[in-house]
Amino acid sequence: MDKPVNNRAWFLVLPVLVLVAFSAVIPLMTVVNYSVQDTFGNNQFFWNGLGWFQEVLESDRIHAALGRQLLFSAIILAIEIPLGIFIALNMPKRGFWASLVLVLMALPLLIPWNVVGTIWQVFGRVDIGLLGHTLAALGVDYNYVNDPLDAWATIIVMDVWHWTSLVALLCYAGLQSIPDAYYQAARIDQASRWGVFRFIELPKMSGVLLIAVLLRFMDSFMIYTEPFVVTGGGPGNATTFLSIDLVKMAIGQFDLGPAAAFSLIYFLVILLISWVFYTVMTAQRDLP
Amino acid sequence: MARITLDNLAHSYSPAPKGDADWALKPMSLTWRDGGAYALLGSSGCGKTTLLNIISGLLRPSRGRVLFGDRDVTDLPTAARNIAQVFQFPVVYDTMTVRQNLAFPLKNLGLPAAQIAARVDAVARMIGMEETLDRRARGLTADAKQKISLGRGMVRQDVNAILFDEPLTVIDPQMKWELRTQLKALHREFGHTMIYVTHDQTEALTFADEVVVMSEGRVVQAGTPQSLFDTPAHTFVGYFIGSPGMNLLDAEVRGTSARVAGTTLQLARAYAPWKGRVQIGIRPDAVRPATEGLPFRLIRAEDVGHHRILRGEVAGASFNLVLPEDEPIPAGFDRVALDPARIGVFVDDWRIEPLERAA
Repeated sequence: MDKPVNNRAWFLVLPVLVLVAFSAVIPLMTVVNYSVQDTFGNNQFFWNGLGWFQEVLESDRIHAALGRQLLFSAIILAIEIPLGIFIALNMPKRGFWASLVLVLMALPLLIPWNVVGTIWQVFGRVDIGLLGHTLAALGVDYNYVNDPLDAWATIIVMDVWHWTSLVALLCYAGLQSIPDAYYQAARIDQASRWGVFRFIELPKMSGVLLIAVLLRFMDSFMIYTEPFVVTGGGPGNATTFLSIDLVKMAIGQFDLGPAAAFSLIYFLVILLISWVFYTVMTAQRDLP
Repeated sequence: MARITLDNLAHSYSPAPKGDADWALKPMSLTWRDGGAYALLGSSGCGKTTLLNIISGLLRPSRGRVLFGDRDVTDLPTAARNIAQVFQFPVVYDTMTVRQNLAFPLKNLGLPAAQIAARVDAVARMIGMEETLDRRARGLTADAKQKISLGRGMVRQDVNAILFDEPLTVIDPQMKWELRTQLKALHREFGHTMIYVTHDQTEALTFADEVVVMSEGRVVQAGTPQSLFDTPAHTFVGYFIGSPGMNLLDAEVRGTSARVAGTTLQLARAYAPWKGRVQIGIRPDAVRPATEGLPFRLIRAEDVGHHRILRGEVAGASFNLVLPEDEPIPAGFDRVALDPARIGVFVDDWRIEPLERAA
């Protein structure tokens, strides 16, 4: 089939291009600008080439933060995706209870990040927090302020509490779109529960699951507010993730050059990992 | 394989049914012999699919029992009933190939691989999909998918029955005819009990040895295609079976005569007097144009190939005649003659039998 070729159509996307230029490209370019220059103040800049990039790529401090970040995202995905699917499979399909459960599930998603952080900061405190105090009373040696493992556990549980709902709701929407006839056919074919999940529910959920994985990966990889409020990146650097480190570098130390180089690398890493997830998860779909 | 008995079966989708209208299926008892080919015929919403889902165990009846042979299966889950069912719209497992789809029910039974492969090949030949066995089911057309569903329904050999719920709705007409012929052949070959739900009388009459006609949740008649045509038990059957359906006229029946719109007609047998709405019914092919008899007003004639349909009115009610192709339409005829032997009498829609002795 011949498609008409008309280059004047480009004019029609011009408004979008202008908008995107002002909202994204130009701000990003200032970061690019910082990343290749150095300054000693007074608004005088001079060319530094790829020096900041080299410094960032060789920095042990950033390697360590990246390692913590990858581990954190991996744990978050490993818990929230299966748990979300499991919850979605067990949510009531229709009626009063379905509406009630939907509202309950949506509640954590409506709470602002810093409020979630504050809630868990207080909740986990050994002196007055319900969780921390109860654990202490039960004889568990729990203290997220001093113990890195406890700090990690607190932040992970908090993130699971905050965001598993998103995965569950997305999967629930996917499950609701499966016609009854599929379940009936599976019963006729004497499929096991696992068979129903593997061959009916999972394939029908694959689209929303891709979105859930990408959203949860990107969000967890960029996490800032909650650990900042709960642990402030500590104890030591135990919960200093990439964003926290970046903000420390850019605003705390005012190292704009390295921070800009760091931002760009950070951005590329997220893009790269998202691309890998997308490619792997859609490869199955496009087979003949 | 087994005989299927429905014992005083009734079903309502409402938990506390009140009126007649709350019952999707009104109480019924039926027996289907082992190895028979049956059709459930009726218009949309008459309860055919409900009945089918009760037999396969997808629904539990509100009342009554379902028996396979002598075994009560009312409370058995679908998987334990060993039954195959093909749905109206194609259901395929998207991520599987055609071959895996066909093999799925056998795999779930844990059969040896060689046996599965042989059976899958046989079914693939039957539905004409040997070429596409290794294609993924996802990208296929709707009728190819439906053929896979049909194939999955027929792949198990030891099932108690195969149920078809309007399976040919999405198939194009040429293939429809071919698949129906194959289903028939398959039935002769393996002798499975087959129950075929449809609203298409041609499908029902060509497929089944016995047709069960349903209307508004009630079985109105069960019988051979011939008996449904000749002696419909209910005006619905008379109207629904045959193209065009049976002509029905309000009448006063006394003994061997029926009075319709001022004209007296002779009946072959005598009838006792009945209270209620009395109608006489006659098939369009048992009516001839005549010079005396019922006054008839011709509206139009349709040539449908091997015969012609004359559509008109008698006493304000629509009335049709079927004429053989080679018979000319008499110019300006305004009366019709009815074959007395083929007139049926209905009271409040149900057929009544004549008295034993002619009066």
